[in-house]
Amino acid sequence: MSEHIVRSYDADLQGLRQRIAEMGGIAEKMLVDSVDALARHDKPLAQTVIASDPRLDVLHREVEESAILTIARRQPLAVDLRETISAIRIAGDVERIGDLAKNIAKRAVAIGDDFQPHKIVVGLRHMNDLVLGQLKDVLDAYSQKDTAKALDVWKRDGAIDALYTSLFRELLTYMMEDPRNISFCTHLLFCAKNIERIGDHTTNIAETVHYLVTGETLAIDRPKNDRSIDTTIGPGA
Amino acid sequence: MDTALQTRAPARSTPAPAPWGRVRRSRHVADRALKIVCTLFTILGATVLGWILLMLLVEGIGGLSPAVFTETTPGPGSQGGGIANALVGSLILTVLGIVVATPVGVLAGTYLAEYGKSSKLAEVIRFVNDILLAAPSILIGLFVYMLMVQPMGGYSGWAGGVALAIIAVPVIVRTTEDMLRLVPGSLREAGAALGAPMSTVIIKISWKAARAGMVTGVLLATARIAGETAPLLFTALNNNFWFNPTLMGGVSNLPVMIYQFALSPYENWRELAWAGALIITMSILALSVVARLLLRKDKVR
Amino acid sequence: MSTIALNTSSAIGNAAAADAGAPVRIAVRNLNFYYGDFRSLKDISLDFYDRQVTALIGPSGCGKSTLLRTFNRIYSLYPEQRADGQILLDGQNVLSPSIDVNELRARVGMVFQKPTPFPMSIYDNIAFGIKLYERLPKSELDGRIEEALRKAALWDEAKDKLRQSGMSLSGGQQQRLCIARTIAQRPEVILLDEPTSALDPISTGKIEELIEQLRSEFTIVIVTHNMQQAARISQFTAFMYLGELVEFGPTTKMFMNPTKKQTQDYITGRFG
Repeated sequence: MSEHIVRSYDADLQGLRQRIAEMGGIAEKMLVDSVDALARHDKPLAQTVIASDPRLDVLHREVEESAILTIARRQPLAVDLRETISAIRIAGDVERIGDLAKNIAKRAVAIGDDFQPHKIVVGLRHMNDLVLGQLKDVLDAYSQKDTAKALDVWKRDGAIDALYTSLFRELLTYMMEDPRNISFCTHLLFCAKNIERIGDHTTNIAETVHYLVTGETLAIDRPKNDRSIDTTIGPGA
Repeated sequence: MDTALQTRAPARSTPAPAPWGRVRRSRHVADRALKIVCTLFTILGATVLGWILLMLLVEGIGGLSPAVFTETTPGPGSQGGGIANALVGSLILTVLGIVVATPVGVLAGTYLAEYGKSSKLAEVIRFVNDILLAAPSILIGLFVYMLMVQPMGGYSGWAGGVALAIIAVPVIVRTTEDMLRLVPGSLREAGAALGAPMSTVIIKISWKAARAGMVTGVLLATARIAGETAPLLFTALNNNFWFNPTLMGGVSNLPVMIYQFALSPYENWRELAWAGALIITMSILALSVVARLLLRKDKVR
Repeated sequence: MSTIALNTSSAIGNAAAADAGAPVRIAVRNLNFYYGDFRSLKDISLDFYDRQVTALIGPSGCGKSTLLRTFNRIYSLYPEQRADGQILLDGQNVLSPSIDVNELRARVGMVFQKPTPFPMSIYDNIAFGIKLYERLPKSELDGRIEEALRKAALWDEAKDKLRQSGMSLSGGQQQRLCIARTIAQRPEVILLDEPTSALDPISTGKIEELIEQLRSEFTIVIVTHNMQQAARISQFTAFMYLGELVEFGPTTKMFMNPTKKQTQDYITGRFG
């Protein structure tokens, strides 16, 4: 894209992109670390994750303020307007991702050294790897303005939903086996839910990238495989 | 100011470099010298003008009396007398000249500004008009002598009026064209955009917008011809009697009267010449002031 | 899994949205324009829809004002300017020599960049255009003048000084007077050549509001350098560059997601 006649305009937009890249990096690291902390019972690591969230919030606020200023000052049109609005939306999504990762870290602290079934943690890890891949790809798609890559992330999220459903069932089984498992299983259930939500945020970002590049919104509903809503444990089951 | 700054910030005592230090001293001198020279010469010009007016007032007021406005010019050697015939004659000649010149000048100026613009014909007319504007007025007197006085078999007020008109026309053409050119083209376009034909645009919009300037032009032309002597020498001539109502034969008028009386050996003639000069100057002055007022009023609007 | 359906921004419904179903009022076909030997419009073909505002945008010298000035043949005041091609106003070629230009100009009104009140009273400014074509009794003329001033949102400010000079009004009021003068003739099309570029933001806002109101009655074409203004008040936008029509489309599409790179570069300030 050629440059604006007013060069500081380019600088404004570049500033938005840079902040979002920084936010993406922080969120990725938080996500990796939080699940690691959970798996390895690593409380200090969990604390680091919790401590890095405020920085994300600051960046989020900066993106919003600078985007609003850009709108007020330059009345962006067409691609510039989409760029500015996208920055606000993506920053919001990444900030939420950070919150969810922080929540996982908090639960890692709470669970402490309680017994964890290995199989569940592996399942969680696998799910987390997939989501992390999506997050990385969608951030790349944003910085490269690559709508195909964004659409790929958007479609991949169905797998996460499927994984979440199966984890949900497994955790239910553990809880039914022994009421003493209920406490940490509920924590793990929330962790799984958080990771699944992060996946949803990556698809939001993917939709935003698609809008940013093409100027068009994705109309139809995303493929979803979350069957946990249908899963109940009742007298009839 | 300086001291106030110093008392407030005594710590920073190092003097700042003078901001105008780069300007050489000679420039200040040259600057001042030009200013003084210009002022001196302006005063010189104004003094001469003031002197003329003062002389007119001093010499003319003495000659003014009711008789000046009621009696005809005295014959050689006779006492008293006035210049009533010359005043009325001048008035008639000037009005005649301007009545003839105004439609010709205004329409020609309109042609140049609205129709001809930068066409070949318009350029030629403009050139000729400029020459006419600068032509010696005695030449115009001779021309009208050939054109009218000879064929008609004698001097006449008509010939005088035509000669004055020829002098007034280029002035009116010029001011009309200039004033019309000051009317913004967008005003004409706006008129045309409403579907007005060109003639309507010119009459209802251009003329209206340039009205004050055009009237001023006519007034200035009037002032110009009111004081002309040379073209009248060969056309209206001058005499010491009430002129014929048909304006045939000589028509007495102020400028030629002044010319003849001022050179005469008779004291009363010379006094009357001064009085006439004062009256004519004051009339021209009044016309110019009115013209200026009109222009200014238009600008304020 | 399922195919991805894409949806354009035109789905956003609002009152000012482009109505592509409106009938074509002016159809420009293969229009060329010459200043002497210089060809300043190149094969322009473009439709203007009934009772819609169409904005012409583009850098200085792109021919947008020239295009506007062909619609009422105001260019014919200048002998060295000529146009060929067709401009069909309700199917009738405006450029045909058999068309009476003065009648055409009564049907196609025009408002200029600088306010151009005539040197006469407010009342006479408006009566001027009406009197050219209609002989009305005084009472009816008064009514027409009031109607025009009301439509131009100037009545309340001007009703007590109808006999005062049109030049005594402020710049914004003068421009509304010019609009009143134009609509008093009951034209079908109104051409606006940068009508607010000499006005302050408040006056500009009033004119924009006025244009919005007038849209229900007139087909409006506006030339503007102010991109935001085009985005605010028009339903269709045409982008011109170097005498050519680069892109034409609904304004929402043109300003959110133009098709051509040149358009995008221009509206986002990347030209040069």
